[in-house]
Amino acid sequence: MSRPLRTLLDKIGMAVCVLLLVSPALLFFVWMLSLSLKFEIDNGAYPPILIPERFAWKNYTTIFEGNSFLLYFWNSVIVTGAATLFALVVGVPAGYGIARMRAHKSAVVIMIARMTPGLSFLIPLFLLFQWMGLLGTLWPQIIIHLVVTVPIVIWIMIGYFETTPMELEEAAMVDGATRWQIFAKVALPIAKPGIVVAFILSVIFSWNNFVFGIVLASRETRTLPVAVYNMLSFEQVSWGPLAAAALVVTLPVLILTVAAQRQIVAGLTAGAVKGG
Amino acid sequence: MSILTSSDRVAGAASVGRTKRLRPSYWPFIVPALIVVVGVIVFPWVFTLWMSAMEWRIGEEQRFVGLQNYIRLATDLRFLEAMGHTLVYTALSVAAPLVLGTAAALAFNTKLPARGLLRGIFVMPMMATPVAIALVWTMMFHPQLGVLNYLLSQVGIGPLQWVYHPSTVILSLVLVETWQWTPLVMLIVLGGLASLPTEPYESAQIDGANAWQRFRYLTLPMIGPFLMVAVIIRSIDALKSFDILYTITQGGPGTASETINLYLYSVAFTYYDIGYGSAIAVVFFVLIILLSLILLHLRQRSAWNSGDGK
Repeated sequence: MSRPLRTLLDKIGMAVCVLLLVSPALLFFVWMLSLSLKFEIDNGAYPPILIPERFAWKNYTTIFEGNSFLLYFWNSVIVTGAATLFALVVGVPAGYGIARMRAHKSAVVIMIARMTPGLSFLIPLFLLFQWMGLLGTLWPQIIIHLVVTVPIVIWIMIGYFETTPMELEEAAMVDGATRWQIFAKVALPIAKPGIVVAFILSVIFSWNNFVFGIVLASRETRTLPVAVYNMLSFEQVSWGPLAAAALVVTLPVLILTVAAQRQIVAGLTAGAVKGG
Repeated sequence: MSILTSSDRVAGAASVGRTKRLRPSYWPFIVPALIVVVGVIVFPWVFTLWMSAMEWRIGEEQRFVGLQNYIRLATDLRFLEAMGHTLVYTALSVAAPLVLGTAAALAFNTKLPARGLLRGIFVMPMMATPVAIALVWTMMFHPQLGVLNYLLSQVGIGPLQWVYHPSTVILSLVLVETWQWTPLVMLIVLGGLASLPTEPYESAQIDGANAWQRFRYLTLPMIGPFLMVAVIIRSIDALKSFDILYTITQGGPGTASETINLYLYSVAFTYYDIGYGSAIAVVFFVLIILLSLILLHLRQRSAWNSGDGK
């Protein structure tokens, strides 16, 4: 076989391999979209229909009518937003401090926190929130989501500050700047890409969290994952609206994943973190 | 840890070595996070340990019972059964993504058109909201109307009962877990592949080694430490798996797919048996830590080359 032909075949083979590898993910989400756009009669058809003759756009409008879906969306935004912002406020300086003190051993706490099953945080904190009379508000969920967001932010920021060059900080120190000035004016601007990574991962894992919500959320304080799960258990199950709701819940995350895949990959391989 | 006063630091700035100079107290940076970590992470650990020694049901008087909850656990058949399910589920959910993820990493490590976009699509399953994808999998598993049985019928297999039969439920859930988490293994191994030196491959080429030999005798040993990292992370996550299992089967049919985590949930938040639930949480936690330590030990033994992970 001639050499150019061989490399061409190699390339085609590789492309086929990768298509095979990507197809489970791709086909799944295509099927999810298809389910969400079909009327009940098409979703119950055998053999299954991929592209229906009529699209059931009303699946999307029905979930926003009568299900308080907008309220739950807003709850998710508040819980994820507050937990992420708070984690950045305390976690970025902490990552900086740990990196500069070279106190790597303290990161073990973060590692163990990551190993702990979410449920074992839930039992004591549930009792604490009950005792404090916070159940029924969004506060318990915001606070417990810190279990997810704070370790992610600290972990990523330690890694990031360890790789940023120290020369500028040293120069600023010689010029008599205080540690806070150095942090705010020198270290922080350089660390922006790291903060973006921490922000994205923190948002995604907090948004996706389910287990804290099913225990702590009441009717008015449900986040989206809990709301969509409740659609399954308490209402007459019809696939179209259910798939539409599932897609609406996860769409922000999917868009973020494709748009920021470079940052996400960097963050995940640096700490290989996962919340919950 | 040496903590210098601020005047020391300024005076010694020019002469003292860089480690010493930049080490001084950064405590103020850490304290706020420390308070949060103690409040939401360390306090729950300690409190759980304490509760596990109590007879504690919501709405009833608590009393100290020592190790009684743990003794009850050792003879609780439902717990032992759940432990078996957990181990099977974990072993399969580590092995399958490990093999597939390594293969995917080898494919992604080549010069592909639109590599970034493909990688973005590939990682979508692990970033998507677990409850949302679990709902769609539930629909796909449906024995009569599900698309999976239709696809199998096209190649003459089935129909299967998937998550609706005790004999196939765990395998079906492993399928979902594998679909979801193969990308993470791929990313970790891809990181390893990117760090490999090129020289050994050049000499292997000259010696006439084929692709499989190059993989078996060069790539595999060199990415060993990365594979170990993947195994550790995957084991922890599979042990803790909750959202997918709870949404699709709730441990059913019967208790055929009930893992420790699901049983823990039932005891604590369905029966509100807080003391006993805490004991399960403690045992579960110890189990995870033990497994991690064993794997870390193995990793240290396998990390003999320069391509070390983290």
